[in-house]
Amino acid sequence: MTHTKLRKLKISYGDNHALKEINVDIPDKQITAIIGPSGCGKTTLLKSINRIIELSEGVKVRGEVLIDGANIYGKDADVLALRKKVGFLPQRPCPLPMSIYDNVAFGPRIHRLSEEQITKQLEKQKTNGLVKKEKSKKYQDYSKMDHLVEHYLKLAGLWDEVKDRLHSSASKLSIGQQQRLALARVLAIEPEVILADEPTSALDPLSAKLVEEQFKLLKKDYTIVIVTHILRQARRIADYVMFMYLGELIEHGPAEKFFNAPQKDKTKEYLSGEIS
Amino acid sequence: MKRKIKRSEIEEKIFKILMIVSLAIVLLSLIGIISVIVIKGFSALSWSMIFETPKGGYYLGKEGGIANAIVGSLYLAFGALILSLIVSIPLAFALQKDYLNKKIANLIRVLLDVLCGVPSIVYGAFAFIVMMHFMIRASLLGGIVTLALFMTPIMTRAMDESIRLVPAELKEASYSMGATRFETSFKIVLRQSLPGIATAVLIAFGRGIGDAASILFTAGYTDSIPTSLFSPVASLPLAIFFQIATPIAEVQRRAYASAFILLAIVLIVSIITRYLSSRFSRYNLS
Amino acid sequence: MKARKKADSIATFFFYSSAIFIGILALIILAVLVVKSLPILSNNNFFELLFSSSWRPSRGEFGFLPFIVGTIEVTLIAMAIAIPICLLSSIYLSEYATKRMRSIFMPVIDLLAGIPSVVFGLFGILVIVPFVSFLGKMFGSSTTGYSLLSGSIILAIMVFPIIISVATAVLRSVPHELRESSLALGATRWQTVKKVVVRSSIGGLIAAVVLGFSRAIGETMAVLMVIGNVAIIPKSLFDPAYTLTSLIANNYGEMMSIPMYDSALLLAALMLLLIVAFFNIISHIILSKLIKHNYTNEA
Repeated sequence: MTHTKLRKLKISYGDNHALKEINVDIPDKQITAIIGPSGCGKTTLLKSINRIIELSEGVKVRGEVLIDGANIYGKDADVLALRKKVGFLPQRPCPLPMSIYDNVAFGPRIHRLSEEQITKQLEKQKTNGLVKKEKSKKYQDYSKMDHLVEHYLKLAGLWDEVKDRLHSSASKLSIGQQQRLALARVLAIEPEVILADEPTSALDPLSAKLVEEQFKLLKKDYTIVIVTHILRQARRIADYVMFMYLGELIEHGPAEKFFNAPQKDKTKEYLSGEIS
Repeated sequence: MKRKIKRSEIEEKIFKILMIVSLAIVLLSLIGIISVIVIKGFSALSWSMIFETPKGGYYLGKEGGIANAIVGSLYLAFGALILSLIVSIPLAFALQKDYLNKKIANLIRVLLDVLCGVPSIVYGAFAFIVMMHFMIRASLLGGIVTLALFMTPIMTRAMDESIRLVPAELKEASYSMGATRFETSFKIVLRQSLPGIATAVLIAFGRGIGDAASILFTAGYTDSIPTSLFSPVASLPLAIFFQIATPIAEVQRRAYASAFILLAIVLIVSIITRYLSSRFSRYNLS
Repeated sequence: MKARKKADSIATFFFYSSAIFIGILALIILAVLVVKSLPILSNNNFFELLFSSSWRPSRGEFGFLPFIVGTIEVTLIAMAIAIPICLLSSIYLSEYATKRMRSIFMPVIDLLAGIPSVVFGLFGILVIVPFVSFLGKMFGSSTTGYSLLSGSIILAIMVFPIIISVATAVLRSVPHELRESSLALGATRWQTVKKVVVRSSIGGLIAAVVLGFSRAIGETMAVLMVIGNVAIIPKSLFDPAYTLTSLIANNYGEMMSIPMYDSALLLAALMLLLIVAFFNIISHIILSKLIKHNYTNEA
């Protein structure tokens, strides 16, 4: 059973057909990796799932993306609600021009969450041991928003590094920290699906590992779709793999099966490094 | 072969000297202007010059100072600044690709560039004829509106240039969290480009406060400080223009003092502008 | 959610209205100038307006020739002074100066751009006019100094910053590889500058000059203060002259008292507007093709 289904999805920029009829179901609460050579439409596919693709110029989308059975490109689809449900982590971490705290609080604030909604949201969170409450703190001194910020920074594995400078500018963080901040920011709008566009490509190996670890922990609660051009990364973290080539979805399946027994020739060539 | 090399070396030497001479001329003219105004103006300055209005008769009075022009210029420039902001901010955002498509936006940019180049005397003549039509006399209000006509294109283009530098990824990050265009524009883009927007405002202010031709017919001139939007108003540039033309030395001194103060305002604004745009690099906002 | 969308559509409405507003405003300015200059265009012969030098408004004679000639001459002479100085300065700043020198000079040149034109005018009265008067006497002409030459010198100084900053930017935009490949062939620095850098940026340099030109042609106060304002066609550099901008500035008071006078002055304004718009659009076309990032590479 899956919430996210792509049906006959076609995307073109002018005369350039970036995606040719994609049909696939994205499994829930797993990490799905979209792999393939650069320029094959990986990012286009990813961005089509929360309609960020529409920000590009001259883009035309046909077909359907069904989330919980409703076509997100349908006439009365609500883009804002959709984007709250499907978060997006960009390739280059992009701290918003404000403090660390405000970065995390940005989403809940624009969506105007009330105190009760925040409480509910936080209670609903299964923390998987990622977030430990610090008993020494007197929580009544904190506003609900403080709770929320702390919670999601912990969830993104950044809290310990920034807890003493929450109100300093986010741009002063290292690039690896910025990416985890971006993750915290996405998590704070409490999405069901997280889309990540080569989230580790701008990072040093150590920071990249931290982000990967975080994804593995998060997949218990979230459906994660990650675009990567690093095969080894896909092998390390993916449960499900989609292989794209020149705008077509060549093959997809559970990771183990995909890597050990690929069906299509193109996939074999790609996995063996003949095409890249 | 040898001679040819030598000739080209001599040519290079000559041109290098010419270049340095040219640069020296440019530099000297700046230093010349500033030092002449500072020397003439500083000796004309006094407390009564700054804080008193002219006394002893219209235009020709020997007593008093230029408070009327200082206050008048500030009224005019700030008034026009506010009017320009009302148009410039929404227009600068409208020009971004989130709102208008590129072709229309670029067309408006060309239009704004042309409007930036329109001589201020043309704005003055236009506004004057319109005011005559509606029987509005030269006044603070007329001056503010005319000056705003002149300042708005300058301000908008400068804002547009800085807003355009906001990385697309940043907007994408905001949109991808479900922010609306308005929220993205005002909570992210505006913050990110705030130093650039401040710079744009200062540039327009500097140009506006120094402009004489646009307010020559529309603001009028008076020895007193205006008490309402409908009374005429003096200004520093026109104080220079009118008072240097009189044969009375005391009145001419007021022109020098006015020039000194006007130059000081414009240079300070220009230096703050530089400081702002160098101090805040793209991401550094806290 | 509804409130947010409402706020968004209200803001969008304002943004679009401001775009429409500026378009309409430009049209209104143009329309008012055209409508107001129509009476004189229909009343007087068009060629007479342009080519007669008899300016007697009270008799209904409006020959613009002295003003047109004055404007063109003062601008051309100013450009003749400014172009070599600016281009040489720009080449030095772009090709020979160190980064540090540039970082000192460019702000200084910006400062020059910010000085109000009446201050230039005052400087002209205090320094340039006496200097030109002295120069005139050396050449055996008894001039007051309020002359075509004074106006040209002031105008030249005023366009320095525009031409230099645009020209330097244009020269700097020549790719480094181009210089390297010329130097690698054994060309000297100067040969490289002359044959490669300047040649490949010639369009942009022209645009810089055109921008300076259109700024000069519309300049009012500084020229008005030093040019003498006599409606004759000047015979020498030391003669006074009169420009279209000064014509408007000096006569707005009488605009309403003499028939057709307002129409004549607004025709002058319309001419200025059209000339400046024309040159601006030309330089704009050249520059936007050249410095690509300006209009195509939107981040």
